[in-house]
Amino acid sequence: MRITCPLCGSRDRREFYYYGAADYLARPAEGAGLEAWDAYLHLRDNPAGMTKDLWYHEAGCSAWIEVTRDTTSHAVLSSRLVAAVESADLPGRSAPARKKAAPRKKKGTS
Amino acid sequence: MVSLIATDVFHGLLPVLQGPLQLAAATPARITSVMPFRGRAGAVQTALGRMGLGLPEPGQSREGKAAAILWSGRGQAFLLDADPEPLAGIAALTDQSDAWAVMRLTGPGWDQVLSRLVALDLRPSGFPEGAVARSGLNHMNALFRRLADGVEIWVFRSMAATAVEELAGAMARVAARG
Ligand SMILES: [Zn+2]
Repeated sequence: MRITCPLCGSRDRREFYYYGAADYLARPAEGAGLEAWDAYLHLRDNPAGMTKDLWYHEAGCSAWIEVTRDTTSHAVLSSRLVAAVESADLPGRSAPARKKAAPRKKKGTS
Repeated sequence: MVSLIATDVFHGLLPVLQGPLQLAAATPARITSVMPFRGRAGAVQTALGRMGLGLPEPGQSREGKAAAILWSGRGQAFLLDADPEPLAGIAALTDQSDAWAVMRLTGPGWDQVLSRLVALDLRPSGFPEGAVARSGLNHMNALFRRLADGVEIWVFRSMAATAVEELAGAMARVAARG
């Protein structure tokens, strides 16, 4: 199995550490109800087909990556950096310089 | 300031010679990791530009007159043999001079040596001069930089002896094939 790191390119799966479902990126807001936290921590789908999960490029560039793959064919369909996703979503972090930067630079600043 | 006597990171294990292959010590005198603060990549780029360098793109490096800079991971670069003072306040700077053991593997067949230890296509055709990659040297986290006549291999200082043993073994096996 090979995973494409957005920074390093196609790499052997052994370079990566598996974390879990990409649901971990959708952290409930401060003060969210117990149900939201329960769902965030414990409730997961178990799809036959497309799924998204988090991998860490441990023996590589140290980036967290969201990988989209197919559980029935084992095909790795796409991958993207978690940092770029997060920084765009966090309040107060949309400095103009970041928007102007090329995608790769953007990651470098987060 | 107290001046301490530096110890050879390879403890006399290098150089290793095997037929036309050579493994030699090449740890830079000064290594500083540079991680631009959020939104300050442009300022870092400008400051490095004044030093005759720049922020390298992923998998790239830049060579100045006396200094050099290597991409070393997401949002990070290693500044070599230069005073990082101009970057103070705009990037997180960490002195890593004593943290790495750096070797240069040269001679015809160096790529065959690495292919026994690295799950990466580092042949000259796919890994041109100046290119950098983070990957594993067998089970060790490593950094590779392509040189004109070979490759530079970086491992954590604590892994120096293991790295030399692995590389020397692979060199012997490649050399034995003639
Ligand atoms: Zn990577």
